Amino acid sequence: MKRIAIVMVLALGISACEREDRETRPDPAVSGMEPKVTLSSIIPGGGSPPPPSGLAGQYEGNAYHVSQGKKYYTWFNCNGCHANGGGDSGPPLMDDTWIYGGDLEEIVSTIYEGRPNGMPSFRGKLTDEQIWQIAAFVRSLGNNVPSDAASGRNDDLNPHPPEGQLESQPPIDGGTAPPSGQMPQ
Amino acid sequence: MSARKFVYAVCVLLCVLLCAVTSSVAQQLPAPPPSAAPSENGEWTMPAKNYANTRFSDLAEINVDTVGALKVAWTFSTGVNRGQESSPLVVGTTMYVLAPYPQTLYALDLTQPGAPTRWQYEPKPDASAQGVACCDVVNRGPTFSAGKIFFTTLDAQTVAVDAETGAELWKVKLGDIAKGETMTMAPLVVRDKVYVGISGGEYGVRGWLQALDVDSGKTIWKAYSTGPDAEVLIGDDFKPYYATEKGKDLGVSTWPPNGWEQGGGTVWGWLSYDPDLNLIYYGTGNPGPWNPNQRPGDNKWTAGIFARDADTGAARWFYQIAPHDLHDWDAINELVLLDLDWHGEQRKVLVQPGRTGLVYVIDRVTGEVLSAEPFHVLTAITGVDLSTGQLQLVPEKMPVENRVIRDICPTAPGAKDWNPSAFSPVTGLLYIPHNNLCMDWESVTTSYIAGTPFVGAEVRMFAGPGGHRGEFSAWDIIAGKERWTINERFPLWSAAMATAGGLVFYGTMDGWFKAVNAESGAVLWQFKVDSGIIGQPTTFLGPDGKQYIAVLAGVGGWAGAIVSNDLDPRDATAAKGFVNAMQDLKGATTKGGTLYVFGLP
Ligand code: HEC
Repeated sequence: MKRIAIVMVLALGISACEREDRETRPDPAVSGMEPKVTLSSIIPGGGSPPPPSGLAGQYEGNAYHVSQGKKYYTWFNCNGCHANGGGDSGPPLMDDTWIYGGDLEEIVSTIYEGRPNGMPSFRGKLTDEQIWQIAAFVRSLGNNVPSDAASGRNDDLNPHPPEGQLESQPPIDGGTAPPSGQMPQ
Repeated sequence: MSARKFVYAVCVLLCVLLCAVTSSVAQQLPAPPPSAAPSENGEWTMPAKNYANTRFSDLAEINVDTVGALKVAWTFSTGVNRGQESSPLVVGTTMYVLAPYPQTLYALDLTQPGAPTRWQYEPKPDASAQGVACCDVVNRGPTFSAGKIFFTTLDAQTVAVDAETGAELWKVKLGDIAKGETMTMAPLVVRDKVYVGISGGEYGVRGWLQALDVDSGKTIWKAYSTGPDAEVLIGDDFKPYYATEKGKDLGVSTWPPNGWEQGGGTVWGWLSYDPDLNLIYYGTGNPGPWNPNQRPGDNKWTAGIFARDADTGAARWFYQIAPHDLHDWDAINELVLLDLDWHGEQRKVLVQPGRTGLVYVIDRVTGEVLSAEPFHVLTAITGVDLSTGQLQLVPEKMPVENRVIRDICPTAPGAKDWNPSAFSPVTGLLYIPHNNLCMDWESVTTSYIAGTPFVGAEVRMFAGPGGHRGEFSAWDIIAGKERWTINERFPLWSAAMATAGGLVFYGTMDGWFKAVNAESGAVLWQFKVDSGIIGQPTTFLGPDGKQYIAVLAGVGGWAGAIVSNDLDPRDATAAKGFVNAMQDLKGATTKGGTLYVFGLP
């Protein structure tokens, strides 16, 4: 009995360590933290889009980055336009409809570049690391990050259960028109 | 044309008779000043119908006896499936319809079967403006004057278009969307000036009203809602009624240092004009941010009513409805100008059903509040102290930083938001489409970042007592009481319209367009349109001499953003907390953008 308990505590401890594991400062050598995004599934002449940068795993599996992202999401007024993921003037970020793609790098590129129908460009206003952290938090709104990395609590008026307990909403590649875009304008 | 004149003559006669009968039996009913509500000519040239904002038509072919036979005459798609808050206008034989963003203006030919398009005009606003539109990409209507159609665009421009040809006459840029400045209101035209104001109260925009030259669009004067007296156009003529409005540069000193620069007080609602006094009246929006703890002080001149000289813009009086506003209670609602017998004394007043949940009756010469009676359940205020004009607050409901304060009624959109009431001189009643909602509110510190929201509050709303979320109420202004009320499942976000046919029209967010008996409130006719109604019904005489009723269907706006913006109901705070009260709207209606015109067979 005792042994099982010890093993369990150790196992918990190890997994908990992993979720806290991170590069304390991004390696400047791996600069060019700008994401590599392909928004179309058509590649002329065939072939496949270039692989993503590989930074995704580092950010979205990491509780520290996700929780930093949650803080910045409010600090930089993302919540003013997207609420706590349910949307306002900007589209919801917790559902499974993505106009510009719901992969981490696609979200990062949305935040860098802005989007034509009213999403501001935050390039130069936030550090690269902050942008990746916010994007990791956005992914957690649809429960698309490992659940031990997602936030387990809300500090303010409860908008919905904490991200770690939300249903999973699979990300979809870019280009899905939201229903509001479906009628000719 | 001759048939049209004949019907018109009959209508006038009917009205005269009706008025004569009612005034002989009862005390004299309130009535708009004739100069602000000229006699009926079968057209509808400005959203509020007239300068008095009565939204009342003397037409009576469609009346309590005939309305049962009302049928769709024709329809028209605006091509945009977002919130349709606009009002169809009719001038001569043309109908003008303005879509939400991207705001195509259509001129429809009423002389032809099915009213085909004469021309369309596209202002092509900047697409980015959609991000800084707080409450869907709505517009509250075009207005007509002397051969021109005027309207505002979401990217803060004002345009004048030739009403005959659709040619652009001028277009002026008055705000910057990079600072969150947008425009959504319907302009008002008085003689050679067109008055427009700025929106963006949720983005730290410093509010203003401007008078533009009708021929060139050039600014004649600009009056800010915050800041030094010189920029608010407060001078020697400024004679407010209450002591709290008196003092130098209150637009600066009632704010923390520089707070007034992002202080809100935007102007996005309805203007009235009294030709006899040559004064325009309008309300200013909420102070920014919503979180009141970040802006100690009265926050002049936000959340109050201004009377200004129509020519110079000089402020005449001001009354602050919500000093140091706690709950996003803009004072921009319609101000209905009436002359009435106030307990034996003849008074010129303006009447506003306010976001606070009170119907204000205010002397429009002096700014004195004559009464403020509740039309909504109140938990956060108890009323107004008439000796000081001060709103009486309930201390337990005052926001404390980082604490959720529960059961605040009414809510942030107020007992009633922008959607205007109608006044019938036949019944003497004001018909108020409104909400029945309460909310939980938490103030959280926010910082001003230009081009992003400046709110600082986490809110969730829910149905008020009784469980229904909307009400349509007939209000006795002198008694300060409801005469009758119709409960509605959803909040009412459409305007009301009253006619001499003894009818009042309004629409619901689940898509019912209703005609009710103005005396009794009995629903006499209703028709289910393709999407929820948040628009402004109007009525007119067609070139065939018959009366028609027009309304835009297409749900949206703050209340309907859950459908028009595809919001996610699992987040209680979506759309600043309105989504929590509207979770079932997606099951009750879908998006749309259709004009409906009804007539008798
Ligand atoms: C001024 C309002 C506003 C602010 C502030 C804002 N957004 Fe947006 N956002 C929008 C709008 C509007 C869109 C939709 C743009 C479009 O369709 O072209 C959008 C789109 C997005 C998308 C793409 C959604 C999709 O379906 O592909 C993401 C992700 C996003 N925003 C995240 C953020 C984050 C993170 C922040 C804060 C750093 C933020 N936004 C701040 C208005 C805003």
